[in-house]
Amino acid sequence: MAQKTIEYTVGRNPEMGPGGLPTASPLEPFDIPEPQLGSEHMLINIGPQHPATHGVLRLVCELDGETVLNVTPHIGFLHSSFEKLGEYRTWNQIVPLTDRMDYLAPLIYNCAYVMAVEKLLGIEVTERCKVVRVILMELDRIFGHLLWLGTTAIDVGAFTPFLYTFEERERIYRMHEGYTGARITTSATRVGGMMADLPEGWIGELEHFLDTFPRTLAEVHRLLTNNQILIGRTQGVGAIGPEDAVNYGFTGPNLRASGVAYDVRKDNPYYDYETYDFEVPIGENGDCYDRYLVRMEEMNQSVSILRQAIDRLPDGPINNPDPAVSLPSKTDCMSDMESMIHHFKLITEGIKGPPGDCYYPVEASKGELGMYLVSDGGPKPVRWRVRPPSFVNISVINKLAQGHLIADLIMINASLDIVLGEIDR
Amino acid sequence: MTDEAKSGLDAVEEGPTPSDGSGPQAAGAPADRNAHPSVAALFERFHDAVRHHEVNAGDQHVVHVDPARNIEILTWLRDDPAHRYDLLADVTAVDYGGGQPIQVVYQLWSIPNRRALRVKCLLPVDALEIDSVVPLWNAANWLEREVYDLFGVTFRGHPDLRRILMPHDYAEGYPLRKDFPLRGRFSRAEQTRRALNQDVDRFYIPAERAVGREPQEVTFPSQPASGPGAGSDESGA
Repeated sequence: MAQKTIEYTVGRNPEMGPGGLPTASPLEPFDIPEPQLGSEHMLINIGPQHPATHGVLRLVCELDGETVLNVTPHIGFLHSSFEKLGEYRTWNQIVPLTDRMDYLAPLIYNCAYVMAVEKLLGIEVTERCKVVRVILMELDRIFGHLLWLGTTAIDVGAFTPFLYTFEERERIYRMHEGYTGARITTSATRVGGMMADLPEGWIGELEHFLDTFPRTLAEVHRLLTNNQILIGRTQGVGAIGPEDAVNYGFTGPNLRASGVAYDVRKDNPYYDYETYDFEVPIGENGDCYDRYLVRMEEMNQSVSILRQAIDRLPDGPINNPDPAVSLPSKTDCMSDMESMIHHFKLITEGIKGPPGDCYYPVEASKGELGMYLVSDGGPKPVRWRVRPPSFVNISVINKLAQGHLIADLIMINASLDIVLGEIDR
Repeated sequence: MTDEAKSGLDAVEEGPTPSDGSGPQAAGAPADRNAHPSVAALFERFHDAVRHHEVNAGDQHVVHVDPARNIEILTWLRDDPAHRYDLLADVTAVDYGGGQPIQVVYQLWSIPNRRALRVKCLLPVDALEIDSVVPLWNAANWLEREVYDLFGVTFRGHPDLRRILMPHDYAEGYPLRKDFPLRGRFSRAEQTRRALNQDVDRFYIPAERAVGREPQEVTFPSQPASGPGAGSDESGA
């Protein structure tokens, strides 16, 4: 039987610097002609149950050898029709649905939803509530980025950063639990305020976290940022230019990695974000490495915002005192007839406001999270629409992955930072 | 069982009833069009296509435009140097129920001008068709697919219009319409039967099923062109 042998000349990549120092370019293919092996294209399924898809995502890839020609994402495995369920619920009853969408940063969803309702119904919140929400949102931005960091590191074969980041995530979980009683399904917000004020000692715990977390982050920086393997796997992979990134609807760190400095906190500020001193990191090349760098820097900026927010956290009530919006205290309900009637009426009838619609964008950890609410003046929404950032970001994966190797597809998928709960809703 | 509790259970079988507010309202009161520069310019340039303008939630400007001319108007909004709405944040739809027109809603944001605008097109329920904006913004690709999937609005010229969140062979209709019951149109038994009888081929779209089905001739070159590997190919022959 005829045998066919191909000899490759194995040499050192001339682009690699001395001592394994980082270089601008990853390993390049060797200079030998591509063997002309006629072959047919292959179809492979990645997922829906695959750890590298970061959720219940199914990617059907058309391959030529190892080269990706087309990727078709199939989604909807977690579809729970939250938006339809919302039409049967009063404004406050929707809050528990929101944290089940982005379960990696649930407090941002809680806050974004009630902020949209308050905007639509014209409800003011107290200064203390604003600062507390800023604290919770920035804490969960770190929370979401940490999960992305750990799983991305695993996808390029680095196991240690995964342990470091999940150790830090565990501390934030404990802070979630200390405040809301739940680790993931926080449901911390109510229209017009929060479900409770911060417990005693919580800010001290947060300060301790802020003192120690940057050290862990610096450690991960040391492990990854100059790592030859990470650079080789990410630089020049999945690049997208600024015009394309905007046209494809990229938002958040993915868009900023392409060099467009669009951040809702700066461009359309809410909750006095314009008075906080922080910077918006942007990349240059829009590849996976720049997306990595942008998110790493964003965590530092969030730490800075958190410190400023703790400094300015005012005393005072956390809930809007308007009886048409906020419930009376539980103690009053149990001892005072009028308070009990008030509580009963507010729960059964809900909060009413003017008819109209409202689109409220918030900078979530994945990108621009828009809550679109339509009201006809009743206690329930006519339509509750969530503009999920991951949904739009993952739709670009075909353009990003075309022409890359299938191993790069895994890296591109990781660098987009998706969460399937909000894609499928 | 009280009447109120019973009506709540009926809603699960039938569809959401209008809340006891002021009833469905598809449009608010007209507002001052000069408060938003793009709205004023739209009225000036497309005075016969802009139907209505309102301000909601304090400062959010909404314009209703002729659905037949959505591409023309949105192209102008995107490209005109004074407006430059370059980010299509969202495409969605709103159904008020009761036979009222279904609204297709475009959320626009201008990154250079830091300005938002909401454009709505009202489609009568018996003619749910509108031109796709995918040629303008690729972001609309999946967003329009979702509107098609959940509301049944057809987007003319969309490159890949098929269901996205629901299964490809979902036969119960369009879930986010107001007349769609919360539990679905089919009984639980029928839903289970359909799920169990799914054909595996239905998990793939036609373009994917075609991949690799056509056998191709496998050829080996007798002599590679050049390079360090040249000459060694036939060594084992």
